[in-house]
Amino acid sequence: MANLEAPRKGFADALIRLGEKHDNLVVLDADCAKSNMTNLYKNRFPDRFFNIGISECDLVGTAAGMAVAGKVPFANAYANFLTGRAFDQMRISVCYSNNNVKIVGHNAGTSAAQEGATHLPLEDISLMRSLPRMTVIVPADAVEMEKAVEAAYYHDGPIYLRVGKLPVPIVTKKEEPFKIGKAIKYREGSDITIISTGIMLDEALKAVGELEKQGISAELLHIHTIKPIDKEAIIASAAKTKHVITVEEHSIIGGLGSAVAEVLSEDQPAKLRRIGTNDRFGVSGKMDELLDLFELRAHRIVSTTNELLGHRVTN
Amino acid sequence: MVFSKEKSKFYDNLTKTIRRHIVKMTNHAGSGHPGGSLSATELMSVLFFEHMNVDPKNPDWQERDCFFLSKGHCTPVFYSVLAEKGFFPVEELMTFRDVDGRLHGHPCGEHIPGVDISSGSLGQGLSVANGVGLTAKLDGSNRRAYCMIGDGELQEGQVWEAAMTSAHYNLDNVCAIIDWNKIQLDDFVENVKGVKNLGDKFRAFGWHVVEIDGHDINAVNEAYKEAKRTKGRPTAILAHTVKGKGVSFMEDTHDWHGLAPNDEQLEIALKELA
Ligand SMILES: Cc1ncc(C[n+]2csc(CCOP(=O)(O)OP(=O)(O)O)c2C)c(N)n1
Ligand SMILES: [Mg+2]
Repeated sequence: MANLEAPRKGFADALIRLGEKHDNLVVLDADCAKSNMTNLYKNRFPDRFFNIGISECDLVGTAAGMAVAGKVPFANAYANFLTGRAFDQMRISVCYSNNNVKIVGHNAGTSAAQEGATHLPLEDISLMRSLPRMTVIVPADAVEMEKAVEAAYYHDGPIYLRVGKLPVPIVTKKEEPFKIGKAIKYREGSDITIISTGIMLDEALKAVGELEKQGISAELLHIHTIKPIDKEAIIASAAKTKHVITVEEHSIIGGLGSAVAEVLSEDQPAKLRRIGTNDRFGVSGKMDELLDLFELRAHRIVSTTNELLGHRVTN
Repeated sequence: MVFSKEKSKFYDNLTKTIRRHIVKMTNHAGSGHPGGSLSATELMSVLFFEHMNVDPKNPDWQERDCFFLSKGHCTPVFYSVLAEKGFFPVEELMTFRDVDGRLHGHPCGEHIPGVDISSGSLGQGLSVANGVGLTAKLDGSNRRAYCMIGDGELQEGQVWEAAMTSAHYNLDNVCAIIDWNKIQLDDFVENVKGVKNLGDKFRAFGWHVVEIDGHDINAVNEAYKEAKRTKGRPTAILAHTVKGKGVSFMEDTHDWHGLAPNDEQLEIALKELA
């Protein structure tokens, strides 16, 4: 069994490490500091933490002002309320003004679990991807999260970082280099390209193993940066396999699936299937129950591969 | 006029029953929000059992009064009151937050009888109440709109946008209930972003203000009556409450904002609520 760790823990650890080196790093939260673990930063650097209260629009505007005044602010809130409510503040005060604000959307995807539909962010990537100048990063686990936080700090410009709450398996490696905008090839293959983002890397890895047993050679690309997307890596792989499946813990509308579809349809037409939530709201449930309900599982990647390649589906 | 002996006894029983539901439901789910549910128990009970003009057998009746739980996380108290009022079976409460149930963590306006709007993203309820208030005026209807808001929730700008709308349109059929339990998710409200002089704030926005002890059923009842009597302006009931009220270890702390009791803690809580 792989080690489990909450992505938010990786986030908080990295933030504190950066805070030790850089006193221009300020952290803001909207009354979810306990839940988002930004209270760890607050305890370490009380002067450089601001709880703005339950006011996400105000939070983003304040962060923009701090960026204007020379700081590097990380603005934290639950992903839905941040990206949904404060969208216009991000659009005008952050992106259009090109301010160096890091937007951190917590409780990502199914990790909002039993809170249910209002809290399950299944559209945040779509919203953030549509904003000019916004870079969108969706790490796979706590280890990759630490690298993403670091990269986000050193990147000059607006970033959306998606952070999960509940423990998930550690599947990435510490020594693997992380570069914004660069896909990571986890498996070389020739029959099908599987492209995952976020915590779906774990299920994708399992699927690749299962497909191997069935004699299907799958290539696996992990895309942690949904925008700007690594076109070259997608085109090169699709040119080879001609068949592509995307997997994301998010709506198939506007997220990874859409981003890949845009690349393929313009530059390298290939057969495509998108796995994600299908134009629906969430419900309350344990994270595992939700992953089952939405079929964000390896078996679905395997059956979709068989369907796409025109194989008879066994079992 | 104070409640009769029998009525007082009825509410004593009802509020204890509801508080027991709250701790049992959150224990069942292993998550949820007991603190702000326990603080709102009297406010919700007296509202639904004395004042709300609703028909549990016909929840979509056009002339009904509407209630909007703007602090949508307090479903344990909301669902309990609805079930006790007869909107759905009391047994269903123990499906709280189940993946195959309809009693989601936050209320869904589509699926649950007695729930008039989905909520859980804080700050949105009062605008919706204004929508009902304006429509009632337009239709010449006597129906009323009630909205319960958390004190931390008051930090959302939309609440104050809506407060201006209610006053501007003289919505005397709109009543806001502020569960002023002094605590939000992270800390005491005054430590996060204070809402001091709340009465002055609402008065400055053109509201009639009633300030009460939100656990005193007589005071609560009188406040709703005063709201109905008040013409030409919306009424805000500022209810001083204790977060976690009724369960000693949950009282007056942010620790139990969004934490469920384990089996041992449940047993202690149920003893205190016997
Ligand atoms: C827009 C939005 N931001 C953040 C949250 C997360 N959240 C849920 S409850 C809560 C604290 C609410 O405090 P208060 O309004 O005082 O409620 P109560 O004390 O009655 O529980 C927060 C921050 C949310 N549900 N919606
Ligand atoms: Mg409160």
